Amino acid sequence: MTLIVFYGLAATAVTAAILVVLMSRVVYSALALIVCFGATAGLFFQLGAQFIAAVQVIVYAGAIMVLFLFVIMLLDPASEVFLPSRLKRVPVFALACAVLFTLVLLEAADRWAAAQVFTDSIAGTERSSGPGGEIETLAHSLFRDYLLPFEVTSILILVAVLGAVVLTRQHHETE
Amino acid sequence: MISATHYLTLAAILFAIGTVGVITRRNVITMFMCVELMLNAVNLTFITFSRFLDQIDGQIFVLFVMTVAAAEAAVGLALIVVLSRHTGTLDVDQANTMKW
Repeated sequence: MTLIVFYGLAATAVTAAILVVLMSRVVYSALALIVCFGATAGLFFQLGAQFIAAVQVIVYAGAIMVLFLFVIMLLDPASEVFLPSRLKRVPVFALACAVLFTLVLLEAADRWAAAQVFTDSIAGTERSSGPGGEIETLAHSLFRDYLLPFEVTSILILVAVLGAVVLTRQHHETE
Repeated sequence: MISATHYLTLAAILFAIGTVGVITRRNVITMFMCVELMLNAVNLTFITFSRFLDQIDGQIFVLFVMTVAAAEAAVGLALIVVLSRHTGTLDVDQANTMKW
């Protein structure tokens, strides 16, 4: 059963990812990307990371993709023009890169599996069945061991917001 | 029985598709979305190792990756807006000057 769910989600994610690359219109690419993120959220859920799955749907498929769609709508006249793929000009380079990446990552995955560091199947480990479960463990780790990085993240977001505002305002002043 | 290799292979495939998109596409927004796709594949790897090594740290890292991705999306999309206003196109090949 879990295997069927896994293959379903994996097929959805890969198909959506290919569509992101192949679609001629940017809006369709964005919608395919949302589907891909949704399928990945399902995989996160299957891996026992419920909180991350929820964050994936809310932040990634929700907030970030809405931001993308807003920008696409904003720049709509420019995005109407279909830009042909660069694949015609450097086909060997692009395909070689893709094959190389896949092979390297597959090899790395294979080594990890061979090392038997972790238990071999997902059914083997049932952990954190307390009242808070997974999320309680996550919160303990995040707010105790990783408190400083967590706080620094807020500065990063502040800088990013200021940067986005400054970047887009500058042009208004020159007009 | 799903082994870690299943998830890692899927993440590798997604990452490779994202790489191909970044290399081959010329529309800057599509390239940016392919970068997000690659980040997503890395997140899947993190969660897989978090699960199979039975350590929570991978999930923490994914939270940070998502935060950085959100910040990156905000700044990157602002840059794209400015770029398209200057050049009038979303073609990255047209953005070949450092100063207007």
